[in-house]
Amino acid sequence: MPVPKRKMSRSNTRSRRAQWKTTVPNLVTCATCREKRLSHTACPTCGTYAKRRVLDV
Amino acid sequence: MLTPTKGPRLGGGPAHERLMLANLATALFEHGRITTTEAKAKRLRPLAERLITFAKRGDLHARRRAMTVVRDKSVIHTLFTEIGPRFENRQGGYTRITKIGPRKGDNAPMAVIELCEPLAEQTVAEATAATKRAAKEKSAPAVVEQSVALEQAVDESVVDELVVAETDGGEVESSAVEESATDETNEKS
Repeated sequence: MPVPKRKMSRSNTRSRRAQWKTTVPNLVTCATCREKRLSHTACPTCGTYAKRRVLDV
Repeated sequence: MLTPTKGPRLGGGPAHERLMLANLATALFEHGRITTTEAKAKRLRPLAERLITFAKRGDLHARRRAMTVVRDKSVIHTLFTEIGPRFENRQGGYTRITKIGPRKGDNAPMAVIELCEPLAEQTVAEATAATKRAAKEKSAPAVVEQSVALEQAVDESVVDELVVAETDGGEVESSAVEESATDETNEKS
């Protein structure tokens, strides 16, 4: 079974992990309740999308 | 040529996929709205709309073809007696998918797929009128282009005249020129 020959250095490990990045969610202000919500998504706080009730909150 | 299905494959095999889609369609017609993942909702939409088209046709052959997907006879009955007639004046687009954000647990993007409301009669009339207008405009595109070219030429001449009038002085004159110019455009167009 193939296994790594050498121990991976802290530098290499940290360089790899430096590429783990989060992305900013695309938030917009809900027109009905003024809360932040994801764009193109029903508002989780007031449960509406395009003034139409979608979710029961 | 065999074209692959639009959208992602579901489940472990073709049979599994067929079963899942059939169950989703059954649930949708039973409850009117269901919450599922975005991928499944997107795959379900064409199947559900085809079944509703069968329901609108309403004959025995259509009923038997719908029965090959939705196995539940009571659901087929509601589909053919309630849902089909409801969409009598709608030409497709019977379902609505609304995204509701990622699910707790596996962060899967979720969506609500629901049957639309029947169209109001006024909007139907407007839509038919709009399509008629569009057909008319299509039939005479050459005439429209000519008139547009004319208008552009007229606009340029109007601007020149306006500049001259302003340098000569007096708003009265320029307004008079404007009026005459608009008259010209009306006549030409």
